[in-house]
Amino acid sequence: MVQMNNVRMIYDSSGTEALNGVDIEIHEGEFVFLVGPSGSGKTTIIKLLTGEVQAAGGEITVNGFDMRRIKRRKLPKLRRTLGVIFQDFRLIDKMTVYDNVAFAMRVVGAKSKDIKERVPYVLELVGLKGREKRYPQELSGGEQQRVAIARALVNSPRMIIADEPTGNLDPVRSLELMLLLEKINELGTTVLVVTHEKELVNAFSKRVVAIDGGKVISDGMDGYYNYE
Amino acid sequence: MNRLGYLIKSGITGIFSHGLMSFATVTIIMACLIIMGSFGLLVVNINEMLSGLEDENEVVAFVDDALTLEEAEALQPLIEAVPNVAGVEFITNEQAMEDFQEDYDPELFEILDSSTFRHRYVIHLTDISLMSQTKADLESVDGVADVNAHLDYAQAFITARNIVSIVSLILIIILIVVSFFIMSNTIKLATFTRREEIAIMKMVGASNGFIRCPFIVEGLVLGILGGGLAYLIEWGLYNLVTGRIVTGVTGTLISVVPFSTVMYPLLAAFLGVGILVGVVGGSSAIRNYLKV
Repeated sequence: MVQMNNVRMIYDSSGTEALNGVDIEIHEGEFVFLVGPSGSGKTTIIKLLTGEVQAAGGEITVNGFDMRRIKRRKLPKLRRTLGVIFQDFRLIDKMTVYDNVAFAMRVVGAKSKDIKERVPYVLELVGLKGREKRYPQELSGGEQQRVAIARALVNSPRMIIADEPTGNLDPVRSLELMLLLEKINELGTTVLVVTHEKELVNAFSKRVVAIDGGKVISDGMDGYYNYE
Repeated sequence: MNRLGYLIKSGITGIFSHGLMSFATVTIIMACLIIMGSFGLLVVNINEMLSGLEDENEVVAFVDDALTLEEAEALQPLIEAVPNVAGVEFITNEQAMEDFQEDYDPELFEILDSSTFRHRYVIHLTDISLMSQTKADLESVDGVADVNAHLDYAQAFITARNIVSIVSLILIIILIVVSFFIMSNTIKLATFTRREEIAIMKMVGASNGFIRCPFIVEGLVLGILGGGLAYLIEWGLYNLVTGRIVTGVTGTLISVVPFSTVMYPLLAAFLGVGILVGVVGGSSAIRNYLKV
């Protein structure tokens, strides 16, 4: 599903070496935490997986796409296999909850009939039934993040990538959100969660990949955030 | 709703959801087109006036008194063969006198005989800038006694036309460049406020074509709206200004081109520029945001 071999990344503008020989492999159906301090290279890995930036060296394969050689016009196809969730939710304020989610289906050319069936199902799955006509600013942070998850899920992606999804949420909402992601994972979607919240990671017995200084420093199934 | 319908609806919705920027875009397109259009119409009128005056600038070749009417008439093919001669009209001495009597007080000619006048040819030229050479060529025709040509007037027209052409060309180029710059920047500004929306579209897997389409529809509608409104305002302004000129004292000196003569080319130009600016501006403005 995701294969990163000896990946190096240098930002041209600053000359900063963000990644230096990263090897990560994620299999279908896995739930993986990617942890590490600020500036460790976590966000760079997400940008590489979504095709926002190109690696300087090494090999990356995401859902069958060779990210070192992928053409720009193929990026939308890659991104349709991924569902990305951000810390700041990134919802369109002028659209209702329903439209924010339906929008993701329209973008990929889904039929109206399918949209009408799928969107209510996904909103119910994330616990937003009855909130369809609300606007993002009328919702709490936790609810907004659920809308973002619904949008990421609606096209049935093979993998969900969540970049600090609990960064703007209180501990209770954060735990609820992680439980929702766990539920999504149990339904068959691969989940990669980037976070630096130790307690949250330790509350789940999942695989934890720790990164620092652009290198993987630990990769274990013990479910512990063992990087300090 | 099908995909195309959704994209068109999104474009039209975008106009209203960013009402202030849409208003600014239409206003700028209108203002630029009205300035360009007004100047263009001024140039058209000046050219028309110069062209009319040039047509009136004729050369008269007087026939030698010694020649009979038949001999004078026989000169026509020779005069027509002179280079740069566009048209020739033979006028007998009797016709010449009648013309004078119409233009002036007939009593002045009562004591005069038609033989006082010479047979003549009124000659129109193809290019008045060659008037001097043509005058010399006509004078060399046997049977032509004298040639009357207003070389100083011709030179004045040529100078005026050249100045108008060069100045108008420079000003129109400057106006087009400035207008495109202003209009594309206004559209870029309108698009800048929507970069987050574009980023979300990219993130969920929208193709560049899908993202661009609503912006093109929006640009197209704003361009047509700006061009159409500018045209109506230009129409009103032109009729107002030319109406004042025609009914005023200057109307006897200046003739104006009726709006009906230029209405279709002007409409095509306004809509064309409006659509071009809207569509090109709209699609180029989001180009930077599509690179992610």
